[in-house]
Amino acid sequence: MLKYLTKRFFLMFPTLLGVAIVTFFLIRVIPGDVVELRMGGESGAVSQEMLAKERARFGLDQPLWKQFVVWVGGVARLDFGRSMWTGAPIWEEIKLRLSLSLQVAIMATVVAVLLAIPLGVLAALKQDTWVDYAVRIFSIAGLATPSFWLGIVFILMLLIVFKWLPPMVYTPFWQNPWQNMQQLIWPALAVGYRYSAVATRMTRSAMLEVLREDYIRTARAKGLVQKLILSRHALKNAMLPVMTVVALEFAFLIGGLVVTEQVFNLNGLGLLFVQAVAHRDYTLIQALVMLVSGCFIVVNFVMDIMYAYLDPRIRYR
Amino acid sequence: MALARPLETVEAPPAQSGWLATSVEFCRRRPLGAVGAAIIVVMFVVALAAPVLAPYDPQLVDFAAMLARPSPAHWLGTDSFGRDVLSRLIYGSRTALIVGFVSAFVGATLGAVLGVGSAYFGGRVDLYMQRLMDIFISFPLIILALALVAILGNSIPNLITAITVPMIPRCALVIRSSALSIREMPYVDAARAAGFGHSRIILRHMLPNVMAPYLIMVTAFLGQAILLEASLSFLGLGVQEPLPAWGLMLRGAAVEFAEAAPWMAIFPGVAISLSVFAFNLFGDSLRDALDPRLRTQ
Amino acid sequence: MQRRSGLVLTLIAAIVLAAGLPATAQETPRRGGELTFVVPSQPPTYDGHQEETFGLIHPVAPHYNTLLRVDPTDKTGTKPVGDLAESWTISKDGLVYTFKLRHGVKFHDGSDMTSKDVKASYDKIMKPPAGVKSLRAVAYQTVTSVEAPDPHTVVFKLKWPESSFLLNLASPWNFIYKADIIAKDPKWYETNVMGTGPFTFVEHVKGSHWVGKKNPNYWDKGKPYLDGYRAIFISASAAQVAAIRGERAHIQFRGFSPPERDQLVQALGNKITVQESPWDCLNFVSFHHEKKPFDDKRVRRALSLALDRYAGAAALSKITIVKEVGGVQVPGTPYATPPAELEKLAGYGKDINKNRAEAKRLLKEAGVPDGFSFTFKNRGIPHPYEPVGIWLIDQWRQIGLNVKQEFIEASAYHPMLKRGDFEVAMDFQCGFIVEPDLDLVRFVSTSDANYGRHKDAVIDDLYSRQARATDIEERKKVIRQLEKRLLDDEAHVAYTIQWNRIIPHSSKVKGWTITPSHYLNNQLDAVWLAE
Repeated sequence: MLKYLTKRFFLMFPTLLGVAIVTFFLIRVIPGDVVELRMGGESGAVSQEMLAKERARFGLDQPLWKQFVVWVGGVARLDFGRSMWTGAPIWEEIKLRLSLSLQVAIMATVVAVLLAIPLGVLAALKQDTWVDYAVRIFSIAGLATPSFWLGIVFILMLLIVFKWLPPMVYTPFWQNPWQNMQQLIWPALAVGYRYSAVATRMTRSAMLEVLREDYIRTARAKGLVQKLILSRHALKNAMLPVMTVVALEFAFLIGGLVVTEQVFNLNGLGLLFVQAVAHRDYTLIQALVMLVSGCFIVVNFVMDIMYAYLDPRIRYR
Repeated sequence: MALARPLETVEAPPAQSGWLATSVEFCRRRPLGAVGAAIIVVMFVVALAAPVLAPYDPQLVDFAAMLARPSPAHWLGTDSFGRDVLSRLIYGSRTALIVGFVSAFVGATLGAVLGVGSAYFGGRVDLYMQRLMDIFISFPLIILALALVAILGNSIPNLITAITVPMIPRCALVIRSSALSIREMPYVDAARAAGFGHSRIILRHMLPNVMAPYLIMVTAFLGQAILLEASLSFLGLGVQEPLPAWGLMLRGAAVEFAEAAPWMAIFPGVAISLSVFAFNLFGDSLRDALDPRLRTQ
Repeated sequence: MQRRSGLVLTLIAAIVLAAGLPATAQETPRRGGELTFVVPSQPPTYDGHQEETFGLIHPVAPHYNTLLRVDPTDKTGTKPVGDLAESWTISKDGLVYTFKLRHGVKFHDGSDMTSKDVKASYDKIMKPPAGVKSLRAVAYQTVTSVEAPDPHTVVFKLKWPESSFLLNLASPWNFIYKADIIAKDPKWYETNVMGTGPFTFVEHVKGSHWVGKKNPNYWDKGKPYLDGYRAIFISASAAQVAAIRGERAHIQFRGFSPPERDQLVQALGNKITVQESPWDCLNFVSFHHEKKPFDDKRVRRALSLALDRYAGAAALSKITIVKEVGGVQVPGTPYATPPAELEKLAGYGKDINKNRAEAKRLLKEAGVPDGFSFTFKNRGIPHPYEPVGIWLIDQWRQIGLNVKQEFIEASAYHPMLKRGDFEVAMDFQCGFIVEPDLDLVRFVSTSDANYGRHKDAVIDDLYSRQARATDIEERKKVIRQLEKRLLDDEAHVAYTIQWNRIIPHSSKVKGWTITPSHYLNNQLDAVWLAE
């Protein structure tokens, strides 16, 4: 097992490097550059020499491979450089938005899990009955509704029916938990409902699989109360694939909530990313992608560890 | 990282039943899937018969009739340019289906090819392919799509590309794990020992056995592709005005007129939700039908 | 005795009552309160000399003064008045401008503002030191030197007379900085605030909000009325509307669309006041003069004749931020062509059927077949680019053209125009002050912004003549000639409809007048909040 795990650990680095390379070159293919946008802006008329001077300042006139090496060197020292749009250090730009996105992701995951597990178990136990159908319809409806539409409907309902609007400015949880919750509970619900769909489906199928396993049948034959069987044997074994799905979705929530953040006006990483792309702020885009992908890759690795531990086929390799 | 679950070979249906009997059986045993399938069929019919069904030209601007509420003249009302919402909805189904189907099929097929190839050849090929897929999966869907549209520009073929590309690695990994288990099966080794060529083994033994996860991926992608198109159009990166497309109809004006003319936003939203819903429902039931371990005794 | 004192008492009571009665004509400003406003865009840095987004002006301008500013009570936004300058004189030949500065102006750190600060700030704008950029240096090419002969006098010496010079100095971007700071570190102002303005800097949380507090030592005694302000950054317009509707914010200084305005009026009734004004911005259709068939002026003219501007304006003004039909200057401003005159230009006549018949005839003559197809490139911004684009395509359909529209993402748009990678594209003419020099410079043949690549010596000549004209009537005549040449004779471009600025705001906000530019009138010194 250790050999397997070490191999998987070292495989993280080439993946990260691959992401870095793809991002670096992909964004430089997009037409337009940050210097032009900063200086030209709404009128778009700036002298060529001023543009050239600014480009040199950012090092954009260097050959591509050189720029890449400089950047990767910085990343290795955990120095992600400065935003090309504001000139501020990258960490400063990301810090506040990260805490918000992280919090929404955690809350949405909690909502998703609270919905998915009971519903999934219920649907598995009562397979092919109307309960099963109801659960499946409910969860698929969550998958099917466009998140931005849901968000718009939410906000409109709050305004028209309750004449109330969530706070517009983000207060961190430790500063003012009540106001923080007031703002973030709505996107957490909208996003959580969506993600519960995937988890519900996974819980249901995993439960169904486990319920047919031999040892469950044996336990039933032994006459144990069904509830006990469930809680001790079935659920535990069904959890593994469910946790995988939940963990992976969580990793995506960090940077992927682009439209939701726009609709709920959240100062999060998704919005930062869209702005960075609009500004062609290469350093910021690269840092954000590395952050999100890094998150995903690390979560993946943690899942590998758990699988390695729990799946006997790998454990005893 | 996928859990490698060995899939038993899908049993071939008895020769006499044929497609009709299987379909009827499917509808009887899985009513939810049947509902999904029915909605899909309706969508297809509407899309094909669009010129016949739509009462107006979807691009016809008529300022005199702007923001009209649903009435006998305009069943679902008109938008801020006086264009008939029903007609735009009907023609929009064409865009949704084209974008959805092409993206899903191309994405799933390419993914399947890569997945099977990777599993079959193993070794170095498998290692590099897996790394490549891992890299692309690390990008959230919408971020990759955003970047691709920004590079390639705005048009329907480019939109399809932007949606297809993120789907390929996801499909590849799932198919690969299915294919891996088959590769370990004794009859594959036997076939190789007998001297059969690579392509024959892949085509006759491996591909049929990954049909089940392949079909499931296709239906899953269909729903996702339609949603992704809606999101991208909403952000302004998808289908362009004045072409009719559901996601596009939700953009801008629909939100601004949400109270004064709610029909602009409600009907496209319902259309999107319903179609994604149908594809997911059908895909769900399909998975139940094809995965033998989940069949009720 | 008693009756007399009774009379006196009544008189006194009457006088007291009369004094206490609120003046019906002019409300007295109430002191206190924090103004909360929404800003759709964020400032990249804090240095006004090198930025040009309103995302900087709205939160940062209240911290600074400029030498001159545009009169905030003037609806046309074209009158320069003194900000830090108390008075000025112009030499007879128009080459020397002498400004007298106010006394008793202090920076927020307590030090005095003198002429050397003004000189240092303008030197930074006109000849920035190495490593610092200034966007507006090109606007001051006529200036040879700025001198500070005594602590309260500043002298500008020009190479040639320029009728727009005073307005140039009234630019809202020309913040007056502290000379000592600039000398020590010219980049300090990119990340710090130190000015003389009505509000001091409190905090800026990136992506979230900006807070300013009343400057107790402001030179304009009695102002500002507000205790402070809070700018909240919200990018999605639906969220901005929700903020005002939910009464969490008082105002947004850029502008809303007609349906958003209607939504607010319907929801809040007379708690909302709406101010509207023509906007110093307009979209025009740019033809690539080096690509067939747009090198033929008959084709260009036809495409302009096909547009029913008046009907289009009436309909579009309900759904997007356009309203009036205008020429090269914002309607209602000093140099704008009156509507009756405007109708004489091609495409501005009221008989649309006649115009369209003429358009079809011209196309045929130029050899353009019926059903001819081309691609119209448009900027991917919801207002008003998308609706105006849809309208244009529909109008061109009426003369038998089959036009496809391609939206280019906003950030990739200018590179596309610069490369000349288009046949017909949407362009815009926007300025921060209504001034023909600024608005028309892009049509000069050598201008960097002449994306259509037309070369017209007549226009070049007309432009420099109007720039140097000292008599207003003479200048108007020259500008009319330029307009006719640009839109009618040669039809180098086709103007669409003037933007319309709509600001629905809380009725509590008083003392703010709308102007055609969303870069002006943002110092907030005269703004107050009613109960």
